[in-house]
Amino acid sequence: MAIDPTLLREIIMDHYEYPRNKELIQDDSYLSRHMASDSCIDDITVQSKIANGKIQDIRFDGTACTIATSSTSIMTELLVDKTVEEAKEILENYFSMIDQKEYDEDLLEEAVAFQNVGKQANRINCATIGWKAMRDILKESEGE
Amino acid sequence: METNKIREDFPILKRTMSGKPVVYFDNGATTLKPQPVIDAITNYYTYLGANAHRGDYEMSGQVDDAFEGARKTAQKFLNAKHVEEIVFTSGSSMGLNEIAIMVTRQYLKEGDVILSDESEHASSYLPWLQAGKEKGTKIDFIPLDEEGKITIENFKKVLTDQVKVVALAMVSNVLGFTAPIKEMAKICHERGILLVVDGAQSTPHLPIDVQDLDVDFYVLSAHKMCGPTGVGVMYGKKKYLDELQPVFYGGESNARYNKCGDLILKESPLKFESGTQPIEGVIGMAAAMKYIDSIGKENIHEYEVELKKYFLEQTKDLENLIVYNRNAESGIVTFNMKDKGQLIFAQDVASFLNTQGIAVRSGQHCAKLLPDILQVPATIRASFYFYNTKEEVDRLVAALKEVTLENCVDIFF
Repeated sequence: MAIDPTLLREIIMDHYEYPRNKELIQDDSYLSRHMASDSCIDDITVQSKIANGKIQDIRFDGTACTIATSSTSIMTELLVDKTVEEAKEILENYFSMIDQKEYDEDLLEEAVAFQNVGKQANRINCATIGWKAMRDILKESEGE
Repeated sequence: METNKIREDFPILKRTMSGKPVVYFDNGATTLKPQPVIDAITNYYTYLGANAHRGDYEMSGQVDDAFEGARKTAQKFLNAKHVEEIVFTSGSSMGLNEIAIMVTRQYLKEGDVILSDESEHASSYLPWLQAGKEKGTKIDFIPLDEEGKITIENFKKVLTDQVKVVALAMVSNVLGFTAPIKEMAKICHERGILLVVDGAQSTPHLPIDVQDLDVDFYVLSAHKMCGPTGVGVMYGKKKYLDELQPVFYGGESNARYNKCGDLILKESPLKFESGTQPIEGVIGMAAAMKYIDSIGKENIHEYEVELKKYFLEQTKDLENLIVYNRNAESGIVTFNMKDKGQLIFAQDVASFLNTQGIAVRSGQHCAKLLPDILQVPATIRASFYFYNTKEEVDRLVAALKEVTLENCVDIFF
């Protein structure tokens, strides 16, 4: 894919050094998912407020590596204000990209920065931890 | 020590990783295997073949000789008084679990205290935690000093009449400090306390004499000392092994039983070895013990410490490096890297080192209480063994000089 790697790297660095929405909230109207059992190190919590079929807010916090932090930060920006259906489609495309399958890069915007994360197979979990948390939250919001 | 000659015994050292000759510095996790160990395992599958203790034919007899011969090798390796004190297990974790379950069931009562510490591996701590839940035993911690080590002074501070067991590693797998086991054993025995020692990280590197140390139980894993995975030793003083009832039951461990529910177990160690053992593993472990002995534990320890000192010398101007265990006399270096004053997450550094062909470990190294002491979420551990070289340390140092946050992220492009 013809995207300048320098640009992709800058996206990751920027979201790692200045993570967006990295603050949890005490509010019962938020659904929350603590991801601590997938790996030994990364330990993050994702929260989201979903109302009327639409994602109103996404937040996260925790201790995590560059890839886990930046990928979760990008996810929070990308999915906010989307409908649950739109968000599910984006999630599906993101996981396809990570698995080196076909995906729609227009839907993923900055998240395409992680297109090569599979080159370091042990880091796939880092690139998906926040996204899996959000996938679980969406399922929960639909009563699954 | 003739390292170059020794390296020829390890076929795996000829392989590459990330397109470069592999530098294997994850010996704390597991070690590489020399040809004599590989040959011993292969010989079981290509020649010996039969089960142990069962058959009336030549092949089976040869297996018995090899299997029980391995027990004698292990006895000599640890200088145990009796061969019956050597029980084969799947490794240190299994041994520690069995000891915790048996001792808790038979020797402990509600309110009794097991002393542990915050640098323990999960396998030395969790078995006591879980085994104690039914009985209502309690775990207390020996406070670590400012460097993270165990001292006799701190040990004495937490000794109460309730303490019935002290369970700890002889060498910490994260920091590499050696606990004063012999002195602790003396104090324990004056007070009727059992001393259970996790030898996973000490056996591969230090001369071990269980009689001189006077430990009550001692476990080891073969794979951390050039042997196969899935096998280890649980040493216990004969008087305890004779008294204790095993955790597992089945074939080979019983002498006879009937429909009325009577059961006569075999004597130790066979009563603890239900089911077919990893025979090739036991034989391979004995080959590893002989191999280690041929090099000499004193030489191994001295050489590892020399490699660590060399690393510290070569990195003394590397301002971005934080070493957490400078003073630990072992081949373990636990560190983190900074960039512009900020800690780089350990896993990012380890992944960068992988691209340079260097294998290290990042994380909490199964000692999840320790980050509270070190006050960092994770560390990188480079652990040396006798087949590593100064040239390999040079490669690590060169790679660390290249570590920046940007370079760590660059590996994904």
